[in-house]
Amino acid sequence: MSEIKIKIENLYKIFGSRPREYTDIVRDGVDKDELLSKYNHVLGLDNISLDIKEHSIQVVMGLSGSGKSTLIRHINRLIEPTEGTVTVDGEDITKLNKMDLLEFRRNKTGMVFQRFALFPHQNILDNVQFGLSIKNLDKSDSIERAMYWIEKVGLTGFENKFPNQLSGGMQQRVGLARALATDPDILLMDEAFSALDPLIRTDMQDQLLDLQKNLNKTIMFITHDLDEALKLGDRIAILNGGKLVQDGNAEEILLKPADQYVANFVKDVNRIKVLKIKTILDQGGERANSNPTVNVNDSIENCLPAILESQSGLNVIDEKNNFVGSVSKNKIIDILQKSKD
Amino acid sequence: MNFTEFFISFPEMSKESLRLFKKSLDGAYRNFSREYGDAIEAVFDPVLYFLVWFEKILQNSPWPVVIIVFLLLIYYGSRSVALTISSLFAFLLIGYFGMWDDTMSTVSIIGVCTLMSIGLGIPIGILMSGSDRARAAITPILDIMQTMPSFVYLIPVVMLLGIGKIPGLLAVIIYAIPPIIRLTDLGIREVNKEVLEAADAFGANRTQKLFRVQLPLALPTIFAGINQTIMMALAMVVIASMIGVKGLGQPVLKAITNQYFTMGLLNGLAIVALAIIFDRVSQSFGKRMQQYRAGANE
Repeated sequence: MSEIKIKIENLYKIFGSRPREYTDIVRDGVDKDELLSKYNHVLGLDNISLDIKEHSIQVVMGLSGSGKSTLIRHINRLIEPTEGTVTVDGEDITKLNKMDLLEFRRNKTGMVFQRFALFPHQNILDNVQFGLSIKNLDKSDSIERAMYWIEKVGLTGFENKFPNQLSGGMQQRVGLARALATDPDILLMDEAFSALDPLIRTDMQDQLLDLQKNLNKTIMFITHDLDEALKLGDRIAILNGGKLVQDGNAEEILLKPADQYVANFVKDVNRIKVLKIKTILDQGGERANSNPTVNVNDSIENCLPAILESQSGLNVIDEKNNFVGSVSKNKIIDILQKSKD
Repeated sequence: MNFTEFFISFPEMSKESLRLFKKSLDGAYRNFSREYGDAIEAVFDPVLYFLVWFEKILQNSPWPVVIIVFLLLIYYGSRSVALTISSLFAFLLIGYFGMWDDTMSTVSIIGVCTLMSIGLGIPIGILMSGSDRARAAITPILDIMQTMPSFVYLIPVVMLLGIGKIPGLLAVIIYAIPPIIRLTDLGIREVNKEVLEAADAFGANRTQKLFRVQLPLALPTIFAGINQTIMMALAMVVIASMIGVKGLGQPVLKAITNQYFTMGLLNGLAIVALAIIFDRVSQSFGKRMQQYRAGANE
């Protein structure tokens, strides 16, 4: 469960005519604005190191221009790094030759794009089959696999339609099915749901979490939407100006923002909705029978009715119904107070 | 006073050296064509055989068969009953006014020129789209081919190959091939970058990208190029007839030199009829290939 699938080490990307000449001054602390104004080069990524665990969803978040789309394109080398390494399953993909890189893309990664990037001249079946047909797999086998994924994303009956006959949400389902059809270990999702309207977006997020329960892919998910990040991410990395400013789980990001940028990012978030009981749990102690009982994985918001009924606090149990600790009423009132600030 | 003289009349090359320049260039070319003319002509022999064979088939088959085949092709291409019926009348009138054989000659040379233009033009266009350097090198050549008066390049072609079908074919292709090259290049370059990135992300190699994504998406633009090429080839029919290409151009030429008004008009109208049929068929065929774009309105 905790094996590291993707290891990014000291990754630099500078865009411009002579990027290699400028890595040293960037290392010495020249920032994005200065590099652009003085040297006319754009700093894409500035010394990024990040470990992504197998079977987890790693969200990468940042405003536009923060380098998040650049970062995700280094995982399948759609963008060549200026310096640094990206290791997948122990293999440095920055050193792969042309043929091996194609094989890597065909077998290890699937990608979903912000504006879908479906092939407009192919019907849905052929779109989903694309990755399989690139690998020259047996035709009937690949049709079968494509149909399986079309069904999984709920588009049965649309196989013969063309992309522009489908709504945005449906098109992105095709995008998702296309990425999953080759059964890659790694799913790269570049603002995959950003172009969808809010209701459909929530729908797609639920569907992704649902699929992930059975698939256990390693997913890198790019977004600029904090709610989406908190909902999907096992871990959330925040980029600013090409630098990685914080990488942590939802609680760490919310309760211990690394700097002002992250703090600004999270300040409007409804904490009690996101934070789970386990983050404020006092472990051990005695079960107080006069108090109601809640689960560790409940959000604080869901426990509010129980708190109103309670005398002094809540009993907390884990998934197997074992008592693990308690939460005092005062602590919850404290959190409620803080989240009003 | 030499000073004002300099500004008033252009300081020309002396008459003597200009004459020498022309003479030596002409001489060099004449020697070249004497030396290699036959060899170059031999290169084109297969094309000539094909052209003659195609022309013979059209002229020697019973005319009702030819008309039926044409009408089937027209209907297959355009899916338009109106166009098919109008074409039937056009062919019947052409035959009735005694222009059948000339029309078949013209159709055969246009057909061969178009096929050769497609066969040469699309690969050149693909090459251009893949390399900015190739594009920079080829574009000025295309500009020359399109703007140089055709009589100017007819001179060396005739010197080299004499009068006949092949020089005519070359003249037509030189004039008609640029649109298909340009539009193939343009069509491929216009393919959406995001879609190409998606193809890359799934591990498509160059050939797979070209044949599965770039060419299919460029096809409507390429077809506009084919349409233009056919139209330009038809426009060259009269000029090509000056160097011995048989077909509707020759009676037009005769009509011009002898002031036969009706003869010129009839043959001119036959060329127009062919042009309209070729144009409508190739356009609606091209349109049907991009049906997926209008799919949302179904």
